[in-house]
Amino acid sequence: MNTEILGILVMFGLSIILAIPLGKYIAKVYAGERTLLDPIFNPLEKLFYRLSGINPKTAMNWKQHIVALLIINAVWFVLGMIVLMMQGSLPLNPDKNPNMSVDLAFNTVVSFVVNCNLQHYSGESGLSYLGQYWLMFLQFVSAGTGMAAAVVIFKAFREKTTISLGNFYEHLVKSCTRILLPISFIVAVVLVFEGTPMTFEGKDTMTTLQGDTVSVSRGPAAAFVAIKHVGTNGGGFFGVNSAHPFENPSYLTNMVEMIAQMVIPMAMVFAFGYFIKRGKLSWMIFGVMTLGFLLLVIPTIRTEMYGNPAITAMGVEPGLGAMEGKEVRFGAATSGFWSIATTVISTGSVNAMHDSMMPLSGMNELLAMMTNSFYGGVGVGILNFFLFLVLAVFISGLMVGRTPEFLGKKIEAKEMKIAIIITLLHPFLILAITALAVALPDYTVESINNPGFHGFSEMLYEYTSSAANNGSGFEGLKDNTPWWNISTGIVLILSRFLPIIGPVAIAGLLAEKKFIPEGGGTLQTDTSTFGVVVFTVIVVVAALAFFPALALGPLAEYFSKI
Amino acid sequence: MKNHIIPAIKLTGVLIVFLAVIYPFLVWGIAQLGPNSGKGEIVEYKGAVYYSNIGQVFSEAHYFWSRPSAVNYDAVGSGASNKGPYNQFYLEEVQTRINTFLRLNPEIDKSEIPVDLITASGSGLDPNISVQAAKIQVKRIAKSRAINEAKLYELIDAQTEKPLFGLFGPEKINVLELNIALNESTSKSNQ
Repeated sequence: MNTEILGILVMFGLSIILAIPLGKYIAKVYAGERTLLDPIFNPLEKLFYRLSGINPKTAMNWKQHIVALLIINAVWFVLGMIVLMMQGSLPLNPDKNPNMSVDLAFNTVVSFVVNCNLQHYSGESGLSYLGQYWLMFLQFVSAGTGMAAAVVIFKAFREKTTISLGNFYEHLVKSCTRILLPISFIVAVVLVFEGTPMTFEGKDTMTTLQGDTVSVSRGPAAAFVAIKHVGTNGGGFFGVNSAHPFENPSYLTNMVEMIAQMVIPMAMVFAFGYFIKRGKLSWMIFGVMTLGFLLLVIPTIRTEMYGNPAITAMGVEPGLGAMEGKEVRFGAATSGFWSIATTVISTGSVNAMHDSMMPLSGMNELLAMMTNSFYGGVGVGILNFFLFLVLAVFISGLMVGRTPEFLGKKIEAKEMKIAIIITLLHPFLILAITALAVALPDYTVESINNPGFHGFSEMLYEYTSSAANNGSGFEGLKDNTPWWNISTGIVLILSRFLPIIGPVAIAGLLAEKKFIPEGGGTLQTDTSTFGVVVFTVIVVVAALAFFPALALGPLAEYFSKI
Repeated sequence: MKNHIIPAIKLTGVLIVFLAVIYPFLVWGIAQLGPNSGKGEIVEYKGAVYYSNIGQVFSEAHYFWSRPSAVNYDAVGSGASNKGPYNQFYLEEVQTRINTFLRLNPEIDKSEIPVDLITASGSGLDPNISVQAAKIQVKRIAKSRAINEAKLYELIDAQTEKPLFGLFGPEKINVLELNIALNESTSKSNQ
């Protein structure tokens, strides 16, 4: 069998195989049950709580969770602005990189606080090592924030009726120490031995074999690249992200980085099932997500392997596939797989340039972010999917003429309003702001790197990536201008915190309600039939809302060339 | 609200020490045991030091050439063309690359040129080319160095990196290492 396809199958298979036990472990961590790492982390966390004056046993209701979450995120934002706007005169800056401008710092800090990692700078010249490490800190805690929010939903459905949903700080700390850190550490060690730099020395100068003199940027990258994937952040240490031969030196590191980014989003689905003792529900959710993923990834791999017909027509040997923007050590198939994996799970790290991929591959990447619920980011993936579950329950309830119930709770007007508003927010933000950008060409048109339909796709991609908290880009877009920095920054904030608040509020409201034991007429939500309903809801929301925009971009580009 | 601000600041401080100081320090410690103490993998040749993962410009006739690069292999940064697949200017550029290659390698037929040799990589620093991309350069190098073609094919075979564990991912060749091996073998045969 083709070694490129075999590599993909193993990456995907191993992610699933590892996600199942990891899900069990995550459920135990949040339930406070005994785990292997207790002897290390119990005393350590006790120390953290004592130093910060936090009592992790103080139970919070859903509103207190949200307040705590927003305040600590605001603290990170303020500190981040200070670090990035002053990095030029702070230590750990061997390459003498300058301070960030205020709009670029705003965009960068927001983007890392919200787990998006849109990067309008290039790591080599735009950040000091201190700046990089501030962002690395945010990669941990922003992932932890998403997971802490997901735990609220876990807890809401574990108890029959409750208003206390655990402690936000405890969820945040445990996510960082017991889940994100150990996995990142293992990944970082593999990277180091495969050749990713981990040095605090600045750039080096060498004379090439042919006699040219070039500089080589280095840095403490291995620790950073590990959490960038484990936390589904995606922000690269170097400008070209995981296409850079230091950031992703070999096929082995490519596999490790891929598994590292897929495993927690998958594991969270299984953790949910273990936690509320409904394993079958997990499998229904996992099945729907996997179906969506496969429908996007298989055509993309095929398209990229097939190559660019316009180049094939020039009469060259097309066997390697579409290689513009791709690295030989990964190949076209693996890069196609990565491009969809990174867009469904909101990592946004890239090992090939999406801007140069074929039109239909670009469309699938966009669709992956537009649906934003096939696996999804750490923690927030399951939050997004939860909204679609609520919608599907409601629609099914209407069809059978009963009050909709989900896991023994009645879903009523208030919950539905929240679910609908948050679900429609995503297409609204993307489409409205892209329309605005198109309507104001004075600010935007000079940033475009490709003429015609593809140029429109570049703009659409930028806002879709922001709204999906993804962070990848059609990177030809010259996006370090006040317009792009500020407009995407606003999209980032809205599309991070509202989709966290919404599901947490719904879960909190449902948790307070009376538990209704299942009867003969209860809608079964853990069946494949219900899975089909959920999948249909997702497709209808994504396809109907986004089809016109896709028709103007990638579809028009595709059809104008056949 | 107020009773959240102080704990939030304190917890942030504690987590910074743990996640952004202790964790990277541990990784840095382990890196001291890794290749070149974590300063990037290197190869040494005739007293000079090269980064084996970072591609270089090879344009002279007697070397195996690297892929086109949007940043000309200047590793102070990194970058791709980000050209769309049907961008007219881009396609013209690719056509020019094909023509240039054919002009400088007159014995090669167009249908033998693999796409990696006429497209720019994602990083602009790609250290690799495909096996086919090396093979179609043999005739030119043999002529330029006045050595046997068979010997060059042997060299390519020896430098071909198989897929991971023989099973996963594409075959490839590190251009720098191939060219070093090439220099080595010709200097031996001249002695």
